[in-house]
Amino acid sequence: MRFEYAPAPESTAVVDVAPSYGLFVDGAFVDPVDGEPFKTVNPATEEVLSEVVAGGPADVDRAVRAARRAYDEVWSRLPGRERGKYLFRIARILQERARELAVLETLDNGKPIRESRDVDVPLAAAHFFYHAGWADKLAYAGFGPDPRPYGVAGQVIPWNFPLLMLAWKVAPALACGNTVVLKPAETTPLTALLFAEICQQADLPPGVVNIVTGAGGTGRSLVEHDGVDKVAFTGSTEVGKAIARSVAGTGKRASLELGGKAANVVFDDAPIDQAVEGIVNGIFFNQGHVCCAGSRLLLQESVAEEVLAALKRRLGTLRLGDPLDKNTDIGAINSPAQLARIRELSDIGEAEGAQRWSPACELPERGYWFPPTLFTGVSQAHRIAREEVFGPVLSVLTFRTPAEAVEKANNTPYGLSAGVWTEKGSRILWMADKLAAGVVWANTFNRFDPTSPFGGYKESGWGREGGRHGLEAYLHG
Amino acid sequence: METVTSSGTATEGTLRRFLHGLPGVDQVGAEARAATLASRSVKAEAKRQLIDLAISCIDLTTLEGADTPGKVRGLCAKGKRPDPADESCPKVAAICIYGDLVPVAVEELRGSGINVAAVATAFPSGRASLQVKLQDTRDAVAAGADEIDMVIDRGAFLSGRYAQVLDEVRQVKAACGSAHLKVILETGELATLDNVRRASWLAMLGGADFIKTSTGKISPAATLPVALVMLEAVRDFHAATGRRIGFKPAGGIRTAKDAVKHFVLVHETCGDDWLDPGYYRLGASSLLNDLLLQRQRMATGRYSGRDYVTVD
Repeated sequence: MRFEYAPAPESTAVVDVAPSYGLFVDGAFVDPVDGEPFKTVNPATEEVLSEVVAGGPADVDRAVRAARRAYDEVWSRLPGRERGKYLFRIARILQERARELAVLETLDNGKPIRESRDVDVPLAAAHFFYHAGWADKLAYAGFGPDPRPYGVAGQVIPWNFPLLMLAWKVAPALACGNTVVLKPAETTPLTALLFAEICQQADLPPGVVNIVTGAGGTGRSLVEHDGVDKVAFTGSTEVGKAIARSVAGTGKRASLELGGKAANVVFDDAPIDQAVEGIVNGIFFNQGHVCCAGSRLLLQESVAEEVLAALKRRLGTLRLGDPLDKNTDIGAINSPAQLARIRELSDIGEAEGAQRWSPACELPERGYWFPPTLFTGVSQAHRIAREEVFGPVLSVLTFRTPAEAVEKANNTPYGLSAGVWTEKGSRILWMADKLAAGVVWANTFNRFDPTSPFGGYKESGWGREGGRHGLEAYLHG
Repeated sequence: METVTSSGTATEGTLRRFLHGLPGVDQVGAEARAATLASRSVKAEAKRQLIDLAISCIDLTTLEGADTPGKVRGLCAKGKRPDPADESCPKVAAICIYGDLVPVAVEELRGSGINVAAVATAFPSGRASLQVKLQDTRDAVAAGADEIDMVIDRGAFLSGRYAQVLDEVRQVKAACGSAHLKVILETGELATLDNVRRASWLAMLGGADFIKTSTGKISPAATLPVALVMLEAVRDFHAATGRRIGFKPAGGIRTAKDAVKHFVLVHETCGDDWLDPGYYRLGASSLLNDLLLQRQRMATGRYSGRDYVTVD
């Protein structure tokens, strides 16, 4: 029997997208002072979802002042236990409004509802729950008996996990007693604005969380603002470097979570079926828009052919299309700019002599789409193996010995994550010790937990997020 | 694998090296994959299709010490016409019973196109001499069984006597003649997914036409991770030998929703060639009524009560 899944679209009725939004400053939605409106679109359909504001310097200034006032007058004076209550309340509201958040995230970002529903929103809530627990126990976090917050945190987050990255930034900052001004990415501002509404619902004191939407210019105003004590950024290495230069010598603290080009190393004794799932999850999760994506697959030569055949067969079952369909595995590329970047790097891959392969895959007529793609015959010298594509593009390389695997895996300017697939426990430990990466996953990939610190080596960033280590970004002894 | 498949007299060592050389199964990963597939949304036309397929793949089963000819006749009647009120409802694939009741079922099912499946080989424990197991099989075949569901000797498997298990499967297969052989691994007793994979290969190498999860007497039975690993084995065996082996999860599949999850596993692991009673069976007794209730709901838009399905 030929079987096809009938369409199973998630209803959008749970979401109420306003035709336009202001900025969220001092506990209220306000009209911009010097900001300009721009539109945010659904990348799967190219339909305009809403009009939001690109905050100008005066808007940023207003938000930072509000945050300062809230810090001085309210938030820094609250006992940790009281801050914890607010965080618990926010966490519970995130759970209660999970479906609404998931649908909105999928509309604005293009990621499959399966992922926004099962990964993004539950993890975002988990981060608030976890940090709520820390709020009254900071004296036991290892940063001295009475660790202090920095003050106002200026936070700039990317478009790949808009709500989750917000949670990663806002939850620890608030738990530690800082107030925040957050700038979501220009292509995905809507869940942050819904989060602003949730802050109101939770009766969070005005000014503790401020959200200024906008693009790079708004982000620069925020990072460079004198009133910001601490900068937290997740995004490209290029922008991260610019931020590092701008904060140098200012006394501001910065934590940066930047790009990656992770190696996913498969040994010949690996659990092959699970390794194939891990490879798929490593690079095709969230359309590859993942800084820790396993974008370089290193296969031991003795199983390279077998794994590659299994991988191609598996790719044939990936379902690309309407992100709101509950059975969709691969959604839309977030923006035309990103699509152009993926196309450009893929073309370069081909021009350099790597072999390009994609499963038979029909792309929708409207929206921004790129099929899951493999490059074989890749060498370390190819740009496709060096540069972060940030898309559903996997470079496949081979190795012969464990030492060679380590050498190739570490031969990158990045060092955010790595994966090891083997049934041999001693080799897992040996590899984890040798791999220069912030996270090493063994027989799994792309697993996140608020208790587990996440961050990079080399050009992948400064500092850690999550776990006890992550608190350090928002506390000093 | 060449050495194992081509020689009829594989040594214990060769077999062990081969089975232990199969790729390992990471339990956490297998469970995660099964859970992901179980979250597929199957609605509308897709659901309708799978419900009818599920009915036509059922081995409608009664395996109780208290079984009587009357009980079996009732089951056969139900298998032929699961929903008396709806002629469009497909019939089941087989009636699965103990060997001594085969003549009753054969008579009752004559001309219906429904197979008679008999459990044999000292079902469910498999703890009898090989002679007894073979005789059990021959009796059922002689009485007219079209399919034999055998159990492997889990004690032999767990103590590493793989050649003994392989040999038993081969001999039972030979005793089956033209009857189809389903080999029950009783995965609940094999404990690990690595064992499930190895036992699957052993059964297929021994000549199984189907591999089957469980007797239904042991819990856990047909879990999704176990089904996933067995389907992967079936898929890999097909890729290696060109032979298409069937798969039968049995035990614990009680609702249409469960059955749909199992079909999703088949669709995404082996492909649609296996979505066919020739290569896929569901061992079940109470599942059929839930499928019928779902089917009635899809036809009428309303749920009917359990008195709207029969209880044979």
